[in-house]
Amino acid sequence: MQNASQTVAADSADTIISINDLGKTYDSGFTALKNVNLAIKRGEIFALLGPNGAGKTTLIGIICGIVRASSGSVTVDGNDIVRDYRAARAAIGLVPQELATDTWETVWATVNFSRGLFGKAPDAAYIEHILRALSLWEKKDNRILTLSGGMKRRVMIAKALSHEPRVLFLDEPTAGVDVELRQDMWQVVHGLREQGVTIILTTHYIEEAEEMADRIGIINHGELMLVERKQALISKLGRKQLTLHLAEPLAEVPAALAEFKLERAHDGYDLLYTYDTQNESTGIGPLLDAVDNAGIRVRDLNTSQSSLEEIFVSLVRRK
Amino acid sequence: MINHRAIRAIYLFEMNRTWRTVLQSIVSPVLSTSLYFIVFGAAIGSRINAVEGVDYGAFLVPGLIMLTLLQQSISNAAFGIYFPKFSGTIYEMLSAPVSPLEVIAGYVGAAASKAIMIGLIILVTSTVFVEVRIAHPVWMLAFLVLTAVTFSLFGFIIGIWADGFEKLQIIPMLIVTPLTFLGGSFYSISMLPPLWQKITMFNPVVYLISGFRWSFYEVSDVSLAVSVGITLFILLCCLTVVTWVFRTGYKLKH
Repeated sequence: MQNASQTVAADSADTIISINDLGKTYDSGFTALKNVNLAIKRGEIFALLGPNGAGKTTLIGIICGIVRASSGSVTVDGNDIVRDYRAARAAIGLVPQELATDTWETVWATVNFSRGLFGKAPDAAYIEHILRALSLWEKKDNRILTLSGGMKRRVMIAKALSHEPRVLFLDEPTAGVDVELRQDMWQVVHGLREQGVTIILTTHYIEEAEEMADRIGIINHGELMLVERKQALISKLGRKQLTLHLAEPLAEVPAALAEFKLERAHDGYDLLYTYDTQNESTGIGPLLDAVDNAGIRVRDLNTSQSSLEEIFVSLVRRK
Repeated sequence: MINHRAIRAIYLFEMNRTWRTVLQSIVSPVLSTSLYFIVFGAAIGSRINAVEGVDYGAFLVPGLIMLTLLQQSISNAAFGIYFPKFSGTIYEMLSAPVSPLEVIAGYVGAAASKAIMIGLIILVTSTVFVEVRIAHPVWMLAFLVLTAVTFSLFGFIIGIWADGFEKLQIIPMLIVTPLTFLGGSFYSISMLPPLWQKITMFNPVVYLISGFRWSFYEVSDVSLAVSVGITLFILLCCLTVVTWVFRTGYKLKH
């Protein structure tokens, strides 16, 4: 596991965003970010997880130019976000958390406005392509005022994609969106990744991060606690559980098995053994021997692994 | 390199807002100013003596145009930048590859264009009620453009400063409108008692109206050079404040 504080966000060919010693203290004295170091790889989907107020939106805000950093530096595709802000920002598309739209504009007008704002020449065919991909084409002449919340969210994604960004920030993109729209959106995200777009998302739906992300960063109290590949994170941090399905129920766990700290479940038909995959010995062999010696007949067994959500909650609480 | 497409996008976005609300944006100010011509120009004006050799109805025209020009420049630019702050869409402007100058060019350009357009419509409308002559059309246009740009910048500052609709109205209502009414829109400064003549000279709007009226009838309260100088000075002050706003991120960035 990479400790975030030790992570060197070195610029390299496969790094598209490099964050070095980034800090932010607001005028109120609240420190939102503390020496954050992070390197986002080109073409990956990176999920940033953290509880409310952890610093996710501040971090995104600084990279996108909305919030000023108190210390440290950020480069986007090799361009410093302050010195070379034009090149850095031109590479970024942002879908913020809040639903902020030009209420009285039509979908077509507002998406074209965004493209112009980012200095791109008009391209009706490309805008049509985006609107069709986001199922907005039929609504292109509708005023945003008349759209549902989910459709407004799509409009914001269309605006963020209008200038063909190489990096897309999605800050809680599926908050308040129904299941069908959410799945559509993730299809779009997958499609973008296939085109080489780097995607950084924050979400409260941890199952989304689990399903979508290549790497996961966990942030809390302004500190990046860890950054790890999703599968590695789950396997390294995840606690596994062995379930023994018994032929006859046990009224209580025999004293001979006390050292294994087993739990009874399903009216004594199951025995649960929790172990750490990182330990030198998982203890499964001795457990099975002890069970056999105790004369307990095992009908079946299976193992299961902690979900990302359980890992996340455990990490945040530990901190 | 200048992001001219961004300037164009902001400008057209703001102008589209004008066309979308044409009754409120254009018809309303033109109609209300026309009422001044009817009441003070055609009706009461016919019973008032000429001012500095100019019929009172005609004398009013530059002052009333300037009155509307100031109000429209300020309110258009203030609302233009305030509304994205209010609705949250300002995030897009802040995260776009645009310089402060380009943002200002887009918003202030649109606000000034609209104000100039209204000013010219009022000028044309006034010819229905009174006889207007323009002695120096180039100077007239120059004053129109310079004043519109200057006060659009001022409005832009108000829009950034305001954190509520009430604040958006406070300065135009409580400061700009009284200064305009007392700045010689309806009278020549020479018609005031000596003490008030002196006090009035602290009102910057006097210089704008005086210069503008000179371009019509070659009569003025102060010299042309002073009028131009004061207008340019106000422009410079507004530019300085706007530059500071963007440099510090005042009310825009945390």
